[in-house]
Amino acid sequence: MSTSSASGAAAAALPAARPRTSRELGLWLAYGLIAVFLIAFLIVPIGLVIYTAFVDEAGGLTLGHFGNFFEQTIFRESFVNSLIVSLASVAVATVIAVPLAYLTVRFEFRGALLIQTLGVLPLIMPPFVGAVAMQLIFGRSGSVNLLLNEHFGFTIPIMDGLVGVTFVESIHYFPFILLNLVAAMRNIDGAMEESALNLGARGWRLFRRVIFPLAMPGYLAGATLVFVKVFDDLGTPLVMGVTNMLAPQAYLRITSVGLDDPQGYVISVIMIAFSILALWLAALVMKGKDYTTLQKGGSALQKRRLSGWESLLAYGWIGVVLLITLAPHIGILLMSVAKVWSFSVLPDAYTLEHYATVFTDSPQMIENTLLYCGLAAGLDIVIGTAIAYIILRTRLPGRQMLDYLASAALAIPGLVLAIGYLRLFRGVNLPFSDTPMVNTWVLIMLAYAVRRLPYALRSCMAALQQVHVSLEEVAQSLGAGRLSTIRRVVVPLMAGGMLAGFVTSFITAAVELSATILLTSAQSQAPMSYGIYLYMQSISGRGPGAALGVLAVVVVAIGTYLSHRFVERTRATVASSQP
Amino acid sequence: MQTLHKVSLEARHISLAYGATPVLRDVTLKIEPGEFFALLGPSGSGKSTLLRLIAGFNQHQSGELLVDGRDITGVAPHARNIGMVFQNYALWPHMTVWDNVAFGLVERREPREQIGRKVGEVLELVGLAQYAQRRPGQLSGGQQQRVALARTVVIEPKLLLLDEPLSNLDKQLRVQMREELKNLQRKLGLTTIFVTHDQEEAMTTADRMAVLDKGVLQQVGSAAGLYDFPVNRFVAGFVGTTNLLEGLVTAVNAETVRFHAQGVGELTLPSPPHPPRAGSAALAFRPHQVDIRVRDELAEPSRVWVEGVVESAEFLGEFSRYRVRVGEAALVSDQPHYAGLSMFPPGAQVRLGIEPTQVRFLAD
Repeated sequence: MSTSSASGAAAAALPAARPRTSRELGLWLAYGLIAVFLIAFLIVPIGLVIYTAFVDEAGGLTLGHFGNFFEQTIFRESFVNSLIVSLASVAVATVIAVPLAYLTVRFEFRGALLIQTLGVLPLIMPPFVGAVAMQLIFGRSGSVNLLLNEHFGFTIPIMDGLVGVTFVESIHYFPFILLNLVAAMRNIDGAMEESALNLGARGWRLFRRVIFPLAMPGYLAGATLVFVKVFDDLGTPLVMGVTNMLAPQAYLRITSVGLDDPQGYVISVIMIAFSILALWLAALVMKGKDYTTLQKGGSALQKRRLSGWESLLAYGWIGVVLLITLAPHIGILLMSVAKVWSFSVLPDAYTLEHYATVFTDSPQMIENTLLYCGLAAGLDIVIGTAIAYIILRTRLPGRQMLDYLASAALAIPGLVLAIGYLRLFRGVNLPFSDTPMVNTWVLIMLAYAVRRLPYALRSCMAALQQVHVSLEEVAQSLGAGRLSTIRRVVVPLMAGGMLAGFVTSFITAAVELSATILLTSAQSQAPMSYGIYLYMQSISGRGPGAALGVLAVVVVAIGTYLSHRFVERTRATVASSQP
Repeated sequence: MQTLHKVSLEARHISLAYGATPVLRDVTLKIEPGEFFALLGPSGSGKSTLLRLIAGFNQHQSGELLVDGRDITGVAPHARNIGMVFQNYALWPHMTVWDNVAFGLVERREPREQIGRKVGEVLELVGLAQYAQRRPGQLSGGQQQRVALARTVVIEPKLLLLDEPLSNLDKQLRVQMREELKNLQRKLGLTTIFVTHDQEEAMTTADRMAVLDKGVLQQVGSAAGLYDFPVNRFVAGFVGTTNLLEGLVTAVNAETVRFHAQGVGELTLPSPPHPPRAGSAALAFRPHQVDIRVRDELAEPSRVWVEGVVESAEFLGEFSRYRVRVGEAALVSDQPHYAGLSMFPPGAQVRLGIEPTQVRFLAD
């Protein structure tokens, strides 16, 4: 409070009411800055990509590029392949996740903890790193097939071509379905199930007629996410040498034919369109179906113990999934300490020199990752908090617009954003210098920031929603102004959520490949993810690549754990501060 | 709907504990065929647990549960054919009203046209025929309640269980639904058990009721029976409002009982048909059996009089309720109101006349 400087008489007088506009000037300023940022680094680049796809050389509108696209066999094939792989991945991920989710919610058993671990394990390894490791375990001459061939005389070509991509993607992304489905099933009121039992339903019919339909929104949310992620993924097919899919085709066109080749843009538009279509369809199906039926004081689905053979089945399934999920982790770890490892079940000799190589050769990459991701995540948190505050605590007209703008990034593949940046900032120099923007790391950082903003924003919104308005109103009634309230009350209470948002943004940016791969213009600017990819291109680089991969996994694992802790801690403090 | 074979329910020495916490202790109870029976008790009394036990969602650890004379202990919930309406109705939001109601019949693999006929009939019965294609979310609380009822009675259950059926409704609707429930139950003749913590609800609706506290069955009887002859302090206090005077029965003979009320003094009362034994006991009597007069007014000799000071007075319309300090005890007196009657102000010196025939001795 500022009474110390004011005279007694002045302090006693009420301050004159300031006009509304000036009081909200700061808010409008924040609103404007955020809008400019999102327009400059998201809307305009993407708009340009879309525009380029629909314009001929003379500048007239045309659908000709799309015509060309569908005339070429390779593109038609890529389109169909991408669609098949995405749908198949959703299907396989569903088969893996649904039983696991059901076990977690329904039964009282220790395996539930294992399943929780299963829900995080795959996510902490970037899929393209996982792909390399899985080649070593499940590939044509990988450990499993070598063993199979030796003992049974046959092999399973599960890592080849589209099947391989589907396998890797579904193993990597099934947690999205698992986590969403578990959350949805936990929200089902136990009475929903009991009344079905009471009316004579049970077992499979009970699940099919009541439980699964009620959990449908959660399932759909997860399945949509898997579809979009797989459809947009560039790293995995690229690392596995599968080029007849959309994302690799776009990448190859842009890098080999050049930025002026319209086909790269056509593919970008198709990818955006399918992302939006998938999200829109899911939203349409889920409309008006908020089935969160658990009411205050209600109890969740009743848990029961597993019978003997049920436990056997449950642990069997968990074991199989756990083994497959752990395979890439084990593979990458072995690879990072293997001297020689080819055509053998396990490496022939072990060494730590790959780690030494990484630390002598490429400390720059680790530094770069810390720098880019730290800046990007910091930017996300500042913007995310500001947007959350404007949306939840003010009545600025058009405030929802910011949410829509920021969330639009969800539907934009990294590859497409990178293409947009290259196109938009071609020939633009960094302010006050002669360095072209496309040659600096600024664009990589910005791409990370824009792509991770939706996640950071969700974190911040959730954190702010937990802070009861009355806590702010008390501060204001005690004389704190808006800024002071934000600084002294809102931000400290949100801190855990903000930190969690920061960490999530940081770790997901750290393993992002699709934008990185296009925007990295010099080796000295390469972050870890690009480094792993580069190393993996050559046989001799695999060891150091794997070592770098292990480092990345460790960083992501620690980050995930920290973010989880932060969220739990805020929940606890905020809960304790409220009646 | 066809008239059903009416079924009885009998609980014999039922006990249930969650870990070391006993929830039901040696509950024995018989509910007659066609009866509308209430389980009344405060929260945590075990009444809902008992209901869920009948439905099969909880398992008792000892005792027997007989439906129509047959023990159903261990029979799975879906095989019991005992219908239950849940407190929050538990209507499935992903199904229409029609599908919700048809659910149990579909589970029973009944022929399609029979399902259609029965669902139509029951929706007609609860007056919701025109809402068949709505979703539960589009209905009011009272309508949802009726759907839940229809969904349960359509399977022609042996027993109908209602868990706090009226608690989610506002007051006016509650009174209306109370009537509807009663009419429906009479029409169907279904043995019905409902759980409530609201004594008024139980008294106005049920034929008989059981009062539970801390997992122990306190008393079973009709509304008037429980109100007029409570067996212990808990029932006296839970069913209606009551005055309790703790103390000692000092002398008993054929005509009179002398009672020393703690902090009040000696009282002499006429002996009831079953006189109490000497020792510590409590006197219980209803507020409307207590007359309130100014000190110097002539005392009616048939009543037992004590002196006190008015602490507070509430005007409730039909009557006025006084809280009066008598020695160290506080007594409540309800006086019928009529226009022009002025109230005693707080602080007024008064005399309270207790109607001795309506006083009950509650032993420890």
